[in-house]
Amino acid sequence: MDWLFFFESSIAGLATGAIYSLVALGFVIIYKATRVINFAIGEIMMISAYLFLTFAGILEWHPLIALPLAMLGGGLLGSVTEKLIIRPMLGESPISVVMVTIGLSSILVGAAQIIWGPGPRILPDFLPRAPIFIGELYVSSKIAYSALIAIGLLVCYLIYFRFSRGGVALRATASDQAAAFSMGISVPKVFNYAWFFGSMAAALAGVLVAASGGLSPYSGSMALSILVVVIFGGLDSLTGALVGGLLVGWLETMTGAFLGGEYKMLTIFTLLTFVLVLKPYGLFGTKEIERL
Amino acid sequence: MRIGDAVSTYPSDEAIFRTQTQKVWMGIFIATLLTFPFVSSPYTLFLACLVGIAVISATGLNILVGLTGQISLGHGGFMGVGAYTAVWLADNMGMGLALSMPLAGLLTAAVGVVVGLPSLRVKGLYLAIATMAASVILHFIFVHWEPVTGGNAGINLQNANIFGINLNSDLRMYFVVVPLAIIAVLGERNLLRTRIGRAFIAVRDRDISAEVLGVDLLRYKLMSFGLSSFYAGCAGALWAYFFKVVTPESFPLDTSIFYLAAIIVGGMGTVLGPILGAIFMTLVPEILKILTAVVVPILPNAQVLLSPVRVVVFGALIVGFLLYEPHGMAEMWRRTRRYSHLWPFKT
Amino acid sequence: MADDILELKGISLSFGGLKVLSDVSFTVPEGKITAIVGPNGAGKTSLFNAISGFYKPQAGEIFFKGENIGHLHPPKRAKLGLARSFQNIALFRGMTVLDNIKLGAHSHLKTGLLAALFYIGKAQREEMALREEVETKIIDFLEIDHIRNMSVASLAYGLQKRVELARALAIGPQVLLLDEPVAGMNREEKEDMARFILDLNQEWGMTVLMVEHDMGMVMDISDKVVVLNFGQLIAQGTAEDVKNDPEVIKAYLGSGNVSDMRRRLGVEAAGSE
Repeated sequence: MDWLFFFESSIAGLATGAIYSLVALGFVIIYKATRVINFAIGEIMMISAYLFLTFAGILEWHPLIALPLAMLGGGLLGSVTEKLIIRPMLGESPISVVMVTIGLSSILVGAAQIIWGPGPRILPDFLPRAPIFIGELYVSSKIAYSALIAIGLLVCYLIYFRFSRGGVALRATASDQAAAFSMGISVPKVFNYAWFFGSMAAALAGVLVAASGGLSPYSGSMALSILVVVIFGGLDSLTGALVGGLLVGWLETMTGAFLGGEYKMLTIFTLLTFVLVLKPYGLFGTKEIERL
Repeated sequence: MRIGDAVSTYPSDEAIFRTQTQKVWMGIFIATLLTFPFVSSPYTLFLACLVGIAVISATGLNILVGLTGQISLGHGGFMGVGAYTAVWLADNMGMGLALSMPLAGLLTAAVGVVVGLPSLRVKGLYLAIATMAASVILHFIFVHWEPVTGGNAGINLQNANIFGINLNSDLRMYFVVVPLAIIAVLGERNLLRTRIGRAFIAVRDRDISAEVLGVDLLRYKLMSFGLSSFYAGCAGALWAYFFKVVTPESFPLDTSIFYLAAIIVGGMGTVLGPILGAIFMTLVPEILKILTAVVVPILPNAQVLLSPVRVVVFGALIVGFLLYEPHGMAEMWRRTRRYSHLWPFKT
Repeated sequence: MADDILELKGISLSFGGLKVLSDVSFTVPEGKITAIVGPNGAGKTSLFNAISGFYKPQAGEIFFKGENIGHLHPPKRAKLGLARSFQNIALFRGMTVLDNIKLGAHSHLKTGLLAALFYIGKAQREEMALREEVETKIIDFLEIDHIRNMSVASLAYGLQKRVELARALAIGPQVLLLDEPVAGMNREEKEDMARFILDLNQEWGMTVLMVEHDMGMVMDISDKVVVLNFGQLIAQGTAEDVKNDPEVIKAYLGSGNVSDMRRRLGVEAAGSE
C-alpha cells in the first residue's frame, strides 16, 4: 500500500469531515431545540454560497465582508423559515414536518435557478493558494484552510452554547420544553434562535464546500452525507455530530480515493444501514423511551 | 338535497357504494373512462396513461404512509425494481405483461419487506432515512449490475405483449392501465373493510396499544411494506411497458418525493386522496406549460423559466397544502359534496 | 381457592436503578372482581403492563389457567383472552367507534391479505358475522348504538372510556383488565360504569381485574382487594379485611392514625352508595 497516499487522503478526508461536522452541528442544534429534521439544510448551504458569490464575485466586495454577510444571510433564511413554515406546523406529525422541509428545499432549488441560472458557477478565490506540506505530506490549501475556518466556528459555537445564557436556554428547551417555558424561557424565541444559528453554521460550510467543489443549484444534495453523519452520531448529540462528521468525511474520501467516486454514497449508506440496525439511536444519541 | 340513507342489513351498511345516486355516478364515471380514449387527442391519452400509473403507485404509497404511518423515501427505488424485473422477464423469458407484472410486483414486495425490517427498531425520521439508504443502494445496483440492468444506458423492452397482443400504442396501454388502476384502488378500499386495514390504522395511531390488543406489529408493518412495494413494483412494470426503456435515472430519489407529495396534496390516509393527488401532480407541469404559452407575449423568456418555476411550484404545493389544507384535496372534495347535498340550506 | 385463573408469582420489575415492583405475588379468582389499589406510584399500572407483556419483569412468573405465559408476546396474550383497557385512553383516533371495537376482535379473525384485497366471500362472511356479534353483544349491552359511526376523537371523555371497555370486550376476554375505568368521570358516569362491570361479572361470569383509585367503588363491587405500596404487596383479602389492615391505613395516611383512615374509607364507601 502507498502509505503516503493513504495519509494524504486521510488528512483530506478529516478536513472534509470537519466541514461535515460543522453542518451536522447546525443540524443537531435545530433538531435539539425544535425536533425538526431539516432536509433543507443542504439548500440553505447552497443559497448561502450563492449569496457569497453575489457579494464577493459580482459586487466584488472584500471576502472578509462578503463571508460574514453570506453567513448572516443563511442565518436569516433559517430564521424566516422557522417563522413562516415551521412554527405553524408545531404539533403535526413528523411526516408532515419532514415533508414541509422537503418542499422548502424544492422551492430554494427552483429559486436559485431563476435568480442565478441553472449552470455551475465558480466562487472567487479567497483562501491562500500556496500548498501546504506536513513533512512529506501534501495537503491542498483550499481544503486545509476551509477545515481550519470550520473548526474555528465549531469551537466558537461549542464555547457559546456551553457558557452563554442563550446556550443554557437552548439546552433547557431541549431537555424539557414545558419546564423551560415555565421558568421564563421564551421557547418560541429559542426555536427561532436555534434555526438562526443552525443555519448560519450551515451557511459557512456551504461557502467552504463551494469554494473547493464549485456551485450549482443542485449542490444541496451533498446534505445526504450529513444525514448519515447525524444518524451515525445520534440526532440530538453535539459530540455525535463532531465525531460522526470526521468519520463520515474520512470514510467518504478514502472510498473515493481507493475505490472510485461512485462508491462513496454506497459505502456511507451501507454504514448507515448497519448503524440503524445495530444501534438505532446512533453512537451518542438518546434512546427514546416508549410509554403506554 | 339528499335526505336519509336508511339501510336495513349489515352488508348494505358496509357496502362501498351505499346509495343509488352513488351507483349512478359511478356508472357515468366508468362510461366516461371507456369513451375517453376515442375522443381525446393523442397527447391527452398519453397523459391519461401516466396518470393511471401514478394512481397505482400513489395508492401503494398511501397504504404504507397514509394507513400504516411508516415513512418511506424508497418508493421510487421500488418502482425501479419492478420496472427492471418486468423488462428482464419480458425480454429474457418471453413473458407477457399478465405474468411479468405480477412477478415483478412480488419481487419488489420481497425487497420492500427487507427494507421494512428496520421499522421494527426505528420509527419516524430514522425510518425515513433508512428507506432513503435503501433507495441509494438500489440505485447503485441499477447502475452497476450491468448484465441485468444494462448499466447507465439502461435496457430496452423489445417484447411488450399482453396475451399475445402487442402493446405498441397508447390506446392499448390505456385499456391495460386504467382497469388495473381501478382494481388497485378497489383493493385498498376493500382492505379498509377488513381486519387488515383496521390493524394498519391501529399501528399508525397507537402502535403499542395495538400490540397489547392483539395486533402483531412485526407482521403488519412488514405486510404493509410488502403490499405497498407490490403496488410500486406493478406501477414500475407498467411504466416500463409504457416507455419501453428503463435507465437508472428513470426513478431518482425525486420520484419518491413526488409520490409523497402526491399523497399529501391529495390527502393522506384516504382512498380518494392518492387518486386526486396523482392526477393533480401529474398534470401540474402541463398546466404550467399552458400558462407559459399565455405569458410568452408579455415575458419573452418565460420559456426558459418554465423548468425552475416547475420546481418552485412543486415545493410550494407541498408547503402550501401542509400549512393550509393538511387533509388535502380529498377534504376539499368532501366539503364541496356536503355543501351540494345540503343546498340550498347553509352547512 | 381452586379456581384461580391468573396467578402472579414473585414479580419484580425495575428500570435502571428504580425498583417498580418487588416480589409481588397474588392470584385472581375466576369469575370474581379483583381490585388493585394503592397510592400514586405504587406500581399498579406497571403491574398491568407486566401482565399484558409490554414490560418484561426481571424476575417472577405469570400463570394463566395454570400455564406460564411469561415468555409470550403481547399479541399472543391478547389472543389467549387477556383483554385490557388503558389508563390514558388509547383509542385509535383515525377510526370510527365501530372500527375501534372491531379491532378488538382482531386476533380471532382469519381473513388473509389476498381475501381482504378482493373482499371475496369468506372475508365478507367473516366481517358480517363480526358485525352481527359486535352489534348484538357489545354495542347493545353498553348502550353505545347512537355513536357507532362517529369518530372517536369527537366523543366525550366518559363515552371514550365506554368504547375502550367495548373494545376490550371484543377481544373475547377470559380476564378483563381495566386500568382506572372510572377515573375522571362524573358521578353519573361512574355509576353507569360500575353497573356495566357488575353486569359483566354477574351475567357473563366475567373475571375482572381492575386498578382503581375510587375507594368507594372498589369497596362496593370487589370480591378481592390487593394493595400495593412502593412496588410491594402489603395486603390482600376482602374489602372488609383490607379496610382494617393497619399497613394499608399507614400507606394511605403515612401515619398510624387508624380511626381517621377508617372514617375516610367509610365515608367514601357510603358516598358512592
